[in-house]
Amino acid sequence: MSVLVGQETRVVGQGITGTFGSLHAKKNIEYGTQYVAAVTPGKGGQTFDGKLPILNTVAEAVEQEGANTSVIFVPPPFAADSILESIYAGIKLIVCITEGIPVRDMAIVKDALRKTPGTRLIGPNCPGIMTPGVCNIGIMPGYIAQPGKVGIVSRSGTLTYEAVYQVTQRGHGQSTCIGIGGDPINGTNHTDALKLFNEDPDTEAIIMIGEIGGTAEEEAAAYAKEHVKKPIAAFIAGTTAPPGRRMGHAGAIVSGGSGTASAKIEALQDAGIAVSPTPSEIADTLFSIYKPS
Amino acid sequence: MNIHEFQAKELFSTYGVPVAAGAYARTVDEIENALKQLPEGAVVVKAQIHAGGRGKGTFKDGFKGGVHVCKNKTEASEVANKMLGNTLVTHQTGPDGKVVKTLYFTEPCDIEKEYYLAITLDRATSCPVIIASTEGGVDIETVAEETPEKITKVFIDPTHGIQAYQVREISFGLGFTEKSMHKQMHDLMTGLYKMYWEKDASLVEINPLVTTDDNRIIALDAKVSFDENALHRHPDILALRDLDEEDPKEVEAGKHGLSYIALDGNIACLVNGAGLAMATMDIIKHFGGNPANFLDVGGGASEAAVTEAFKIILSDKNVEGILVNIFGGIMSCKVIALGIIAAARNVDITVPLVVRLEGNEVEEGKALLKESGLALISADSLSDAARKVVDEVAKSQS
Repeated sequence: MSVLVGQETRVVGQGITGTFGSLHAKKNIEYGTQYVAAVTPGKGGQTFDGKLPILNTVAEAVEQEGANTSVIFVPPPFAADSILESIYAGIKLIVCITEGIPVRDMAIVKDALRKTPGTRLIGPNCPGIMTPGVCNIGIMPGYIAQPGKVGIVSRSGTLTYEAVYQVTQRGHGQSTCIGIGGDPINGTNHTDALKLFNEDPDTEAIIMIGEIGGTAEEEAAAYAKEHVKKPIAAFIAGTTAPPGRRMGHAGAIVSGGSGTASAKIEALQDAGIAVSPTPSEIADTLFSIYKPS
Repeated sequence: MNIHEFQAKELFSTYGVPVAAGAYARTVDEIENALKQLPEGAVVVKAQIHAGGRGKGTFKDGFKGGVHVCKNKTEASEVANKMLGNTLVTHQTGPDGKVVKTLYFTEPCDIEKEYYLAITLDRATSCPVIIASTEGGVDIETVAEETPEKITKVFIDPTHGIQAYQVREISFGLGFTEKSMHKQMHDLMTGLYKMYWEKDASLVEINPLVTTDDNRIIALDAKVSFDENALHRHPDILALRDLDEEDPKEVEAGKHGLSYIALDGNIACLVNGAGLAMATMDIIKHFGGNPANFLDVGGGASEAAVTEAFKIILSDKNVEGILVNIFGGIMSCKVIALGIIAAARNVDITVPLVVRLEGNEVEEGKALLKESGLALISADSLSDAARKVVDEVAKSQS
């Protein structure tokens, strides 16, 4: 009924004793997400929110509490170190919310991920991942989603909410919503997400939201053309963005003529994907090619 | 963050990347002193602005060229006096041009051949990539398109760094045969990569890299930019920032944690989230309008952030209408509506203001906007909002 997160997910929160992390971790727990520990070095032995054990290392969370997933709210200068700690502690799914991690740090993280194929990173600079009704990790507002059959993947936070909410308002739901983040180097990309949704028997249709910068959407389009039979609707932000400028997200930049919205839209359409003309019509575009059972 | 050529070349020198002897002047008084530091003979005078195309640019008073090769120091001094403080317009500066506040003087060299060399991040592999070409002094994108065989690309393992065999690949790729040239390339390449990595550069570009008549390899130009997310660990690099080269509205926005980029349209937008902000610009264009800016006030859209955002938007004299587009995720639309109302009262808004709220407690938020008595136009969806703001601006123009 979902990809990557579900009933079996046992979360350790890194950096959730800070103001921002604590607010969202508590909301995740209220949603029903199974948090098993918090890690804040030096605070080991204390408790989070009166019930969750705080440990000094992620390795302890894996050994003592059976954590298999981590969520990272650690400030940017230290966040890559937290990802590496999770990777080498044997965490299988790492969700990094932090925005502003230096690219050099992420290049090292990506190299470590290549050497540990059993581990997946979502983000950084992302809203997180949610399987409606079961598990919500990160900062997505839970009420905008409901259980259903549409898989959603996006590089942007609030634009994800738009798409999720549009689907919900039309009376349908989502299998899993994945925010892959707006950085130039990320752990999971559009192609990875398409692959997961394609193989998930309970995902019937897919919404993919991209933006200018890089060629991840073009690669996903090529993958979809070859392998995906499920209906896909897409939206690409940044048609009006001036070249050479970083549009808020570190990864949203048209450089040297590459990464333009028009090239992405063309590649998606060429793959038979329905591209929404405006951000207001993402769900309508999907339901014009997909009639839910 | 970009730096000037003279700053980049000083950095090159500290990493053993060969550059021609040079000196800079920021005032007319400094010109003579700077020229004294160079040997007698010809001098190249280069205007220091961040935009490219300096050589082919024209100053506002009609004086041609932001780069001059002068026969001697007397001529260099005359040319320098004409350039300093003058406004240079190139194809990258826009019609307003850039005031030249610094000049860089260098020794000319007898060029045998021009090459291209750069290091940047390859997003597809998440690794640094070195790009070298036998075609220098021209646009690399054109070379990549028309004669891709003239480009050598070498990917660097971020954990191991650049290896000797990779330098050889580049050196052979550029067509060098002499042992002394390979040795020079080795020192240059390892120094350049070390600088790229240690200083968290996002781009190091030498166009052209040249060989001289006496078989030396020299970086004739230097363009370097840095990862802004890593500046916290490089106070020396941060000190090189030249705020005169940036849009003052963008600098002001940065101080308040807002992400703002000025565009040339007349419909301002104020949005939470970068992706939604881009999409809002796009939908304004879709309905026939022209966005005046990109502005992300952050996920929470606090009253303080919205107030500052309004001030920055309205300092752009081209703005004839404003579209506020907020998706209240975790935060209630009531809180956001109160923020918009307070901000709108703090700032004198004289152009049509269209507000679209969506998300948590949206009905309550809309009711608050209605009760406020402010002359704002409420919209039901993003399409509705974009249509309304485009119509309002058209009406006010007619």
